[in-house]
Amino acid sequence: MKRVLEGSHSVAEAVRLARADVIAAYPITPQTHIVERLSDFCADGSLKARYLRVESEHSAMAALIGASSAGVRTFTATSSQGLALMHELLHWASGARLPIVLAEVNRALAPGWNIWTDQTDSLAQRDTGWIQLYCETGQEVLDTTLQAFRLAEQVSLPVMVVLDAFYLSHTYEPVDVPGQEEADRFLPAFRPRFMLNTEKPCAFNQMAPPDVYMEMRRSIQDGMKVALGGFAEMEEEFRRIFGRSYGAVEAISCEDAEIILVTSGTITSTCRQLLKELRSRGEKAGILKIKLFRPFPAESIRGYLKNVRKAAVIDRNFSFGSGGIFAGEVKAALCDLPERPEVFSFIAGLGGRDVTISDLESIYMQTKSQDVPPQESIWAGLRPLPVYAPDLKE
Amino acid sequence: MPLEVHDRDYMFAGHVGCPGCGAAIAMRFVLKALGEKTVMVIPACCWSIIAGAYPQSALKIPVLHTAFETGGAVASGVRAALDIKGDTETTVVTWAGDGGTFDIGFQALSGAVERNEDFIYVCYDNEAYMNTGIQRSSSTPYGAWTTTTPGRDWKKMRKKNIVEALVAHRIPYAATASIAFPEDLFRKVEKAKAIKGSRFIHIFASCPTGWRIPSEISVKIARMAVQTNIFPLYEVEDGVRYTINFSPKGYLVKEYFRLQGRFKHLTEKDLDQIQSMVEEDWKLLLHKAGGS
Ligand SMILES: Cc1ncc(C[n+]2csc(CCOP(=O)(O)OP(=O)(O)O)c2C)c(N)n1
Ligand code: SF4
Ligand SMILES: [Mg+2]
Repeated sequence: MKRVLEGSHSVAEAVRLARADVIAAYPITPQTHIVERLSDFCADGSLKARYLRVESEHSAMAALIGASSAGVRTFTATSSQGLALMHELLHWASGARLPIVLAEVNRALAPGWNIWTDQTDSLAQRDTGWIQLYCETGQEVLDTTLQAFRLAEQVSLPVMVVLDAFYLSHTYEPVDVPGQEEADRFLPAFRPRFMLNTEKPCAFNQMAPPDVYMEMRRSIQDGMKVALGGFAEMEEEFRRIFGRSYGAVEAISCEDAEIILVTSGTITSTCRQLLKELRSRGEKAGILKIKLFRPFPAESIRGYLKNVRKAAVIDRNFSFGSGGIFAGEVKAALCDLPERPEVFSFIAGLGGRDVTISDLESIYMQTKSQDVPPQESIWAGLRPLPVYAPDLKE
Repeated sequence: MPLEVHDRDYMFAGHVGCPGCGAAIAMRFVLKALGEKTVMVIPACCWSIIAGAYPQSALKIPVLHTAFETGGAVASGVRAALDIKGDTETTVVTWAGDGGTFDIGFQALSGAVERNEDFIYVCYDNEAYMNTGIQRSSSTPYGAWTTTTPGRDWKKMRKKNIVEALVAHRIPYAATASIAFPEDLFRKVEKAKAIKGSRFIHIFASCPTGWRIPSEISVKIARMAVQTNIFPLYEVEDGVRYTINFSPKGYLVKEYFRLQGRFKHLTEKDLDQIQSMVEEDWKLLLHKAGGS
């Protein structure tokens, strides 16, 4: 059924359709609408879950580690400072192979306080062993959240569904909300292979000395590899039932493109608009949208980029002392190709600054006009900062 | 007097605790009282080691090892999962050290008991961070040497009164217990098991390695802590009804301190001061229990 839903509420609808058993959460803007809506569902009985109103994000993740270890379906949502606070336990969740699903609303990290969108919070967690899926639209948010449970449970790894603050979390869009019966068909009840059980007592997460630790780590990577193929199979099944799919990456007008803009999240939608204009002017431009960030779909990215002259990666994030994070990953994926495109790295829209069509056009034109990219990322649209310099003299 | 307790054990004979480890003795008694329908959450502490490395476990019940500061929260999640599955019979227990309880895990514990989560939280107290090599915690008593309070920097702050902090949350049941008083310990665990909501048991568990005592006096030292009023045995129901379980004959703290290497630097004057601090605390407790 089509409904006009806020992005946050699309997440909540998917969690209800997934019949999550235990939810533990702590408020932080701009994620709060998700957990408020889930509170409503629990209160009105339309979701039969235990909802733990814990005293921190750290405890939210800890509680889900406990619940998931006891064999039930779990969910939480957070942003920015909250995700950073969870960091230790993000490692714990993947190391324990728990299929926890987390909706992460991208928000800038302080200081200064900034509640607007920025991907550095989720990308700073890229080495924690979580599968990461970035969304572009309200529909994609709902679908991806539902998909996340199935993927997580298939490979026994936690999944982070990532959406832009406000542009997605607080924006209303028409969304096709699946019926419960279809959702159940796609996502059967969770049947864990191992769980806390007094009939079959086991110790979980105990001391792992050097003679076993490495193999345990390797098994997480094996799970990630299965997730790469598993994502495509899962989406195929999703498409069969719901008629929609997104792909680990989506290539738009890439067949004959000479310059490809590599994007993620809502910047992609603005790029789609720009692409129409560029194409109408005869520009051979394309877009490669990256949805799956972990595991990184290097193979398909190589496939789309190997024959183009230039790629411009647009990052709404930054790794200090290095560069745009998607750009770094894309370059690494391409580096062993005999012939590879010049990769330009652009930083845009940090802390929620609007990235307009004309900003993106300027990024495109800069890429077109330069033969070789500079060593460092190009910060798009930097302006002089108004400085308040108090007189420090006596 | 023989202890009237069944001979079933939920701990295997082999574990990797030090000889005379009070924490190992405490676990054995507590599991006897709880039985096999128990799931245990163990945040980082000596027991993360004592229980053994993969693929072995010294315990016959399901154990979930977790991060240091998460004891209260992880147990909340396990409880929630069991509840939603309709399993109200299994007891969920967090088993944490003093560091994991008084310090780094205090926030999660406070949160869990404020929500009155249905679980038992056991803190075995060896009065320092032993797993990492005897560093001070907020449970380390006034006067003690640790590796982070060495030489003349011996600890000059009082031990945090964790039971009173828990009592202030008005939880259904809070109690102290000692490995040297097994009948009392057993009774308290059985009583806690029968109550719903958050229950807290603070067990004094001597540590020969960290306290610089011979392993054979481990239990004796624990007994003396009670007999000197340094660690009184009492319980509090619903945050208001106090019962003192043991009234000592007034042994002097000196005798307890003199046996332990961790206090050997203290002067007569220091010990007199500690004696008066202990008396002050005891009077306060008697007052709360309505005994004076
Ligand atoms: C976040 C974090 N900080 C520090 C540690 C290191 N650490 C592990 S156990 C421990 C001390 C435990 O002390 P306590 O809770 O009193 O238990 P005990 O070892 O004395 O039995 C410390 C500091 C850790 N595991 N996690
Ligand atoms: S250091 Fe102390 S608490 Fe830890 S195992 Fe040894 S005796 Fe037990
Ligand atoms: Mg300790």
